[in-house]
Amino acid sequence: MQSYHIFSDCALINGAIYFGLSVLCVFIIMAFAGLSVVAERKVCAYIQGRWGPNRTAIAVVEDIPFVGNFLKKNGLMQLAADGLKFLLKEDPLPKHVKKIWYMLAPVMALAPVLIVAGVIPFGVYWQDGRAYPVSIANIDISLLVALAVGGLGVYGAIMAGWSSNSKYPYLGAMRAAAQVISYELAMGLSVLPVILMASYNGVSALSIFEIAKMQSGDVWLCMLQPLSALIFLVALFAETNRLPFDMAESETDFVSGYHTEYGSFKFGLFFVGEYGHVVVGSALFIALFLGGWDPLPGCDWPSSWGIVSTLLSVATFLVKVAFMVVFFIWIRWTVPRFRNDQVMTLGWKCLVPLAALNFVAYLIYTSIA
Amino acid sequence: MAIIVERKRLSFWERTYLPQILSGLYITLKNFFAPKVTLEYPDQQPVIPQGYRGAPVLVCDSDGRHKCVSCQLCEFVCPSKAIKVTPSAIPEDSQYAFIEKGPADFQIDMSRCIYCGLCQEACPEQAIFMGSEFSINAYTRAGLVRHKDDLYKIGGVVPDKIMKWQKIKEREAK
Repeated sequence: MQSYHIFSDCALINGAIYFGLSVLCVFIIMAFAGLSVVAERKVCAYIQGRWGPNRTAIAVVEDIPFVGNFLKKNGLMQLAADGLKFLLKEDPLPKHVKKIWYMLAPVMALAPVLIVAGVIPFGVYWQDGRAYPVSIANIDISLLVALAVGGLGVYGAIMAGWSSNSKYPYLGAMRAAAQVISYELAMGLSVLPVILMASYNGVSALSIFEIAKMQSGDVWLCMLQPLSALIFLVALFAETNRLPFDMAESETDFVSGYHTEYGSFKFGLFFVGEYGHVVVGSALFIALFLGGWDPLPGCDWPSSWGIVSTLLSVATFLVKVAFMVVFFIWIRWTVPRFRNDQVMTLGWKCLVPLAALNFVAYLIYTSIA
Repeated sequence: MAIIVERKRLSFWERTYLPQILSGLYITLKNFFAPKVTLEYPDQQPVIPQGYRGAPVLVCDSDGRHKCVSCQLCEFVCPSKAIKVTPSAIPEDSQYAFIEKGPADFQIDMSRCIYCGLCQEACPEQAIFMGSEFSINAYTRAGLVRHKDDLYKIGGVVPDKIMKWQKIKEREAK
């Protein structure tokens, strides 16, 4: 089976095109991460009865009629201000840190997110009557790659906590490690019924694209496997260190958790990494449980429309990701954060057994039916 | 006496915590679309309530007479030494020449003023008031020092029912 699209017979040109696409993918993820920072500030402001950032403006852009005012009122130029602030601030290197690991940690926090983005199917295209994903890499075990590499993100937190050589980052990193280990387990167990279901349908069961394609024009998996979807979603919140599970950061008890000793651009990388994780996690959840690029359950973009359908599928997927990110933010400003022991209890005593039971129940159901 | 509160046993649904999350999401969603309470300050000015203690200013009475007689009580009472009065005689040709003194200059340093209102309390002539101004800016320190003319201009007229000096003048004329 041809696993990736060949644009040209020349390997060099093909490689160059794939490199370009990878850069584009990184840009899209970064743009989404940046926009979700703005969305976070805006949504939290609206929920709290405020307007949020609506005054920052770039001199020339501001004067464009309609567009300028739109950008200003929606805080979109705040994005540039935030980014520039991270870039232009003094970048301190504390004396007491373990330098190599300290420098490596922010990269380690961001890189896995971008790697996982490579296997996310952003849409679908057809060639010779076969469907292919719009993704950088179309591999058969993309779900495993996503879960395994996505879980590596916590090494950024652990490295940062350890190399900072100071107590609050260390405690934050320990909590991050404990939390990710417990929720990774629940997450892995919760997708097992989905994989099983996919394998019964005779598709390559560990491929995110095949699982998403299985739902295309059919009911979505969140309806067939609601418990799996719920556990996966909760575990995703914990994985991405979002409230109500922000044990690693928990500014109420740990100043700022594992990135307490960081400033300027290195902190910016952690920040973007966190939001990138949210974006990629949302994309994963959508591909697995929310019908991928389908606009509605039981309704898909017809393959006969060719490239139009492809573009529509990518657009649908990105809109869904945007909604999912807003949902993440919405949850953050609604649910109060848990205590550390509550997080552990929920993970080990609740989600892991529930996910296992769900799997066993599905096994029994399928063997009878 | 201690009161023992009977705790209601939570139902299965309540213990899953999910209905609470859903109702919470509904509340935040309602708030999302609710009108915003933010006053967009420089574009919208707040309503200043009666009796607001803003920047101190000098006032005239309804005849347009400058009320300050430069007794310097405000200068002495001012805890942050923001007020500086330069007393002088009122010119001979003025109709108010019979009043002993008037300020040649009256300075309030707004970078020192703490808006305590003691000057207003101390003033025997009710010539200095706490106005409604609260946002005072300048590019230099000197720009924050207000002089007599500015203070009278900002203060405007405060109607005076008693008109003490007019009565004194009438009595002396008899």
